[in-house]
Amino acid sequence: MSASAIAFYCIAAFILIAGILTVTTKKLFRAAIWLLFSLIGIAALFFWMEVEFAAAVQVIVYVGGIVVLIIFSIFLTNQEGVNMPSALKKRSLFSGLAVVSAAAYTCTLLCSHYWMKGSEEVFDPSVKKIGYLLVANTPESFVLPFELVSVLLLAAMIGCIVIAMKAQPESK
Amino acid sequence: MSEIPLEHLLMLSTALFFIGAYGFLTRRNMIAMLMSLELMLNSVNINFIVFNKYLFPDTIEGLGFTIFIIAIAAAEAAVAIAIIINLYRNTKNIDAENADHLKH
Repeated sequence: MSASAIAFYCIAAFILIAGILTVTTKKLFRAAIWLLFSLIGIAALFFWMEVEFAAAVQVIVYVGGIVVLIIFSIFLTNQEGVNMPSALKKRSLFSGLAVVSAAAYTCTLLCSHYWMKGSEEVFDPSVKKIGYLLVANTPESFVLPFELVSVLLLAAMIGCIVIAMKAQPESK
Repeated sequence: MSEIPLEHLLMLSTALFFIGAYGFLTRRNMIAMLMSLELMLNSVNINFIVFNKYLFPDTIEGLGFTIFIIAIAAAEAAVAIAIIINLYRNTKNIDAENADHLKH
């Protein structure tokens, strides 16, 4: 087993352990911190796959943005110290059963499926190619989705402000 | 890099997806449900990049999809948190079972 393989299995174990602790720990703030570690592990996995741009975006948007947002909202809703009520025994039993059987079924499908051989070319996710993919003036590029995402982000921003705004008392 | 079979990477993302699904089914706190949702979205991102790298290394479309998914996930998390904070302001509680104001 080479160093690269050992690194992969370490990263995978880290991601899964942090993920399991995210969904099982009692305190909400600890769950947010375990989520942070899990997302950092996924960024490490992207680095391991030599997709540096995706890893950087993962760190900036998820670790630096979404987790901080979640921690802010935990503090704003005063949940940081309290123990969450544990799930109903019956519900966690049946969801665990459903999830484990679905995961086992998916894994057997994965192992029995014949994956076609990839082409021999070297995967080159350089930033220049990503830029051409997103906004180049060619039929294959994703210009329209790119613009739609920017409109979506604007709509989400305005929507957040409108939803979270305090309702003004009617002044007449 | 190449000695890791494709199946092991897909098993990792499958396990992460179902961990997120388990959290989504068992958690009652809305912020905790949102965190489980983020885990599921991330497992999909891993899948896109793995398929792109192992099966179609001559293109980078999977990476483009991953970037779009990350952007949409950020927007979704922001809107969800705005809704949760507004709900907390009205009811002082963010458990999913208590948010039944629209129930007839």
